[in-house]
Amino acid sequence: MIEVRNLSKSFGEVKAVQDISFDMRDGEITGLLGPNGAGKTTTLRMLYSLLPPDAGTIRIDGHDPMRDALAIKRTLGVVPDSRGLYKRLSARENIAYYGELHGMGKAKIQQRIDELAKTLNMEDFIERHTDGFSQGQQVKVAIARAMIHEPQTIMLDEPSNGLDVMTTRALREFILELKARGHSVVLSTHIMQEVAALCDRIIIIAKGRIAADGTQAELLERSGESNIEEAFVKLIGSEEGLLA
Amino acid sequence: MTGLWTVFRKEVKENLRDRRAAFNSLLLGPIVFPFLIIGMSYLTLSSQEEKAEKTLEVPVIGAEYAPNLLRFLEQQGVELLDAPADPEAVVREQVHPVVLRIPETYPEQWRAGEPAMLEVIADPSRRESSIPMGRLKSLIGGYSQQIGTQRLQLRGVSPNLAAPVVSRDVDLSTPQSRGALAMIFLPYFLMITAFAGGMHIAIDSTAGEKERRSLEPLLLNPTPRWQIMTGKMVATATFALASLMLTLLSFKLALPYMPTGALGFELELGLGMIGKLLLVVGPVALLAAALLTLLATFAKGFREAQSYMGLVIFIPMIPSLVFMTNPMKPELWMMTIPMFSQNLLIAEFLRGEAVPTTWLLVASGGTLLIGLVLAAWAATLFNRPKVVFGGS
Repeated sequence: MIEVRNLSKSFGEVKAVQDISFDMRDGEITGLLGPNGAGKTTTLRMLYSLLPPDAGTIRIDGHDPMRDALAIKRTLGVVPDSRGLYKRLSARENIAYYGELHGMGKAKIQQRIDELAKTLNMEDFIERHTDGFSQGQQVKVAIARAMIHEPQTIMLDEPSNGLDVMTTRALREFILELKARGHSVVLSTHIMQEVAALCDRIIIIAKGRIAADGTQAELLERSGESNIEEAFVKLIGSEEGLLA
Repeated sequence: MTGLWTVFRKEVKENLRDRRAAFNSLLLGPIVFPFLIIGMSYLTLSSQEEKAEKTLEVPVIGAEYAPNLLRFLEQQGVELLDAPADPEAVVREQVHPVVLRIPETYPEQWRAGEPAMLEVIADPSRRESSIPMGRLKSLIGGYSQQIGTQRLQLRGVSPNLAAPVVSRDVDLSTPQSRGALAMIFLPYFLMITAFAGGMHIAIDSTAGEKERRSLEPLLLNPTPRWQIMTGKMVATATFALASLMLTLLSFKLALPYMPTGALGFELELGLGMIGKLLLVVGPVALLAAALLTLLATFAKGFREAQSYMGLVIFIPMIPSLVFMTNPMKPELWMMTIPMFSQNLLIAEFLRGEAVPTTWLLVASGGTLLIGLVLAAWAATLFNRPKVVFGGS
């Protein structure tokens, strides 16, 4: 459960995020949709406590990221836009490193990696060095790494970037399974089909502000359009960023 | 604190797997430096021997004016050559290091009992001419003294009257202190090793992490940031110390192959000495680890960090070069200057001098303190969004 109220952040002259408020509930997939440069990544970085907000409040399961960053990090699992794997370590070692940083025991880590390797279908390459991994393999390792400590809330920033069709389908199934198990999932993306296929609720961000917030049906109704892509264009008021 | 050691273990493991970088960091110096020192000492030895024992060849101008002197020189083993057309040019072009000219006035002055003038033509600014020139001048001096003594005796005067004062050399240098002179490069190599050993891992674990874009996900773990940074610094310091120990070990193994006997000194790198050297240079490795990590963290990527490192490697060179070109007597205040103090102390150790404990404490403690201050500063760097995300 994430509650955000009146959040703002500027970098010098640039107002990256201005006075945004929203909720993200457990057992739901919330889509953070917006053109490139709209403020999605800045918002996420404030949520996972790497950036201090200029104004506003954030509560994740009751914790304040600025006061209680370590508690936030224990409850969050994040797959950032940058996968950042260590090439000279195997997939298993990459994941285990994060498990140890979470303070988990060795046996528990290995057991959890075996589970995740099975779920994410990565048993073929789990022992290989990640140098030369395909995009799909990298995303899987990054997801397993973010899930090692069984977080309640999972944030994925552009998870399907560069993935082929089969891997994208597998990823969607995995995300739906997380929802079914009661996790809160946040999906930041600019891909319409993904939002349409997965999200219970959609928050559209444009130019640092919330342009719309609601279920798919609500957004369609509000815009008077029949498909989510047209609705998106109408709600943000331009076509910018859609081609990216 | 478990986070700190997790980061430390991972950095060490990852950097050891990069075989080439690990070889350069840990083994290159220990393999190359002893060869350099042994090679240089052989070179010095052979050029000294060559100049001191080789037959002295001297072209002579105006040989007809001083047959007696020339006979004396030949008896002393000098090989006399015919006069060159342009003696100055011969010396300038280094065909011969030294030429003797006997002017026309020589026989006249000789007969009149006045000091007869000779000209020794050489260019002492060329280091290779100074030894032949000195040898020729001392032979001429010997001849002059011999003739002078004979003249006095002929007149019934004791030659002792012409030598009111004589001096005798009392050499206090010990074989060990002469060895220290040959090992003047050791502190320099040790300082360089302390810096070079940790250089690659310092860059890889900070600027490299940023460039691979793995820093952001790393900081999402519930490990305090100062622990992550300190873990990286400890890994860097470990590499620097390991490289230092390997260098000392390889010096110990290489020392028996040095031409110590021929150079007239004895030198031993016992375990006690190695321990003392580590005690003195160890803090430099920690200071280097903090400084390198600090700089590499400010850099945006690998290349930028490497360009800083090219300059950083000069830092340990400066005090060593000052000391090599301008030797000075060590005093307590000098112990407060990191790297300079270590140079002085190592030189004293190698000479076999007793060093006051306060000096050791001030030198090692001071360097350690500065290292810790830098490390504390570096540990806060990951709290700055600008450092983590770069310009964005």
